[in-house]
Amino acid sequence: MNFLFRYANPHEFMRLSGAVLPVFAVATALCLAIGLYLGFSVPPDYQQGTTVILMFIHVPADVVAELAYGAIAVCSLLSLVWRHPLSDTAARAAAPFGAMFTALGLVTGALWGKPMWGTYWVWDARLTSFLLLLFLYFGYMALWNAIEDETRAARACAILALVGMVNIPIIKFSVDWWSTLHQGESIMSGKIAPVYLAPLLIMMLGYVLLFLTLWMVRIRTAILERRARNLMREAAA
Amino acid sequence: MSAFVTLLLRDIRLAARSGGSAALALSFFALVATLVPLGVGADLHLLSRVAGGVLWVGAVLSALLSLDRLFQGDFEDGSLDLIALSPLALELTALAKIAAHWLSTGLPLTLLSPLLALLFNLPGPATAILFVSLLIGTPAVSAIGAIGASLTLSLKRGGLILPLIILPLLSPAVIFGAGAVQAALDGMAAKDALGLLAAFATASVLLSPFAAAACVRLNLGG
Repeated sequence: MNFLFRYANPHEFMRLSGAVLPVFAVATALCLAIGLYLGFSVPPDYQQGTTVILMFIHVPADVVAELAYGAIAVCSLLSLVWRHPLSDTAARAAAPFGAMFTALGLVTGALWGKPMWGTYWVWDARLTSFLLLLFLYFGYMALWNAIEDETRAARACAILALVGMVNIPIIKFSVDWWSTLHQGESIMSGKIAPVYLAPLLIMMLGYVLLFLTLWMVRIRTAILERRARNLMREAAA
Repeated sequence: MSAFVTLLLRDIRLAARSGGSAALALSFFALVATLVPLGVGADLHLLSRVAGGVLWVGAVLSALLSLDRLFQGDFEDGSLDLIALSPLALELTALAKIAAHWLSTGLPLTLLSPLLALLFNLPGPATAILFVSLLIGTPAVSAIGAIGASLTLSLKRGGLILPLIILPLLSPAVIFGAGAVQAALDGMAAKDALGLLAAFATASVLLSPFAAAACVRLNLGG
């Protein structure tokens, strides 16, 4: 807890994040470059052919899409229970990236679906629950924008994020249940050959680092914006 | 407890007298059910296949209509402040409002559903399952809706953002409810789906008052 609060001070956060940001950015670029290179040089899959390359772009996006919601929920809990001052800013900053990675996952999933399933969209359990996740992100962002008072908006959104966190496993379960009731096809095997595993893991790391880097930049921007607003207010007074 | 009952009766009376939200919700439900055959065609076989899903979606949307006023009216005229000051816990206040909303919209919608199922040529056993599924599922709509209503109670145009917030959260209710009807239609046992729906509704009704009360508290500036 102490560690968390040491960097709750925006000034401390700016100092620390300014130092680690270049490291994260370089690591992101390296991971994505290596991952993509390895990904494009894998042998074609016996079933999926060369489209298996899409997996390295698609699967990490889905992982980060869920990770981002988890990050928002943790920040919301910190903000509601311990009144951690930076976590509201952090939660708000993570939402657009969560939505972006969810959308990326849906788009790459649809592009992958065309050669594999013969159609862009199937009401597969995973696609459907990601579509619902995208709407959860939209609702969360819309609520942030709708409430003018910033502290009130922060706390309302924190409650919504936690309610959503409780609901996400239920939604996932119900969609899985629904999908097995209606259709049996389009369930991909859970096994993966080692030759695909290495690029997949590197790409996942790259995506997570990309999310963390962008998230940090956005939090920093929000802090700077608030400082600029305060300075303008002082100047006007 | 008497404060709880008083609040419950007051809200039902308000719903019945000010504009008749039950009648509006019922008309909306019936209209949605009328428009669907106009859109997809009058094939009775097709209609009986989609009846469960269409009527469930219609019921959820109809219940949404009056949700944004759940706390807003009391918030605007200041009575919510007085209710919050009363000895009745805010969680129980929220529960009373959820119960009042269900009694004035969810229950009437459920009672109307067999008639609309008849128009959709849904067989008798499946209609019975539809009725039961709406009876146990619509409390979840009121309960989760109360969270959305309390989050948006200070917003002028909360009615627009409310569906965006709560419809994804309500997807399990639609899945299990319509799934039960589908199972009955296919001659399978509907009790799995009904059991899951009951579990979802119970959890929603038990947990939502806490979330809703927390939102009301923050909007009252406490």
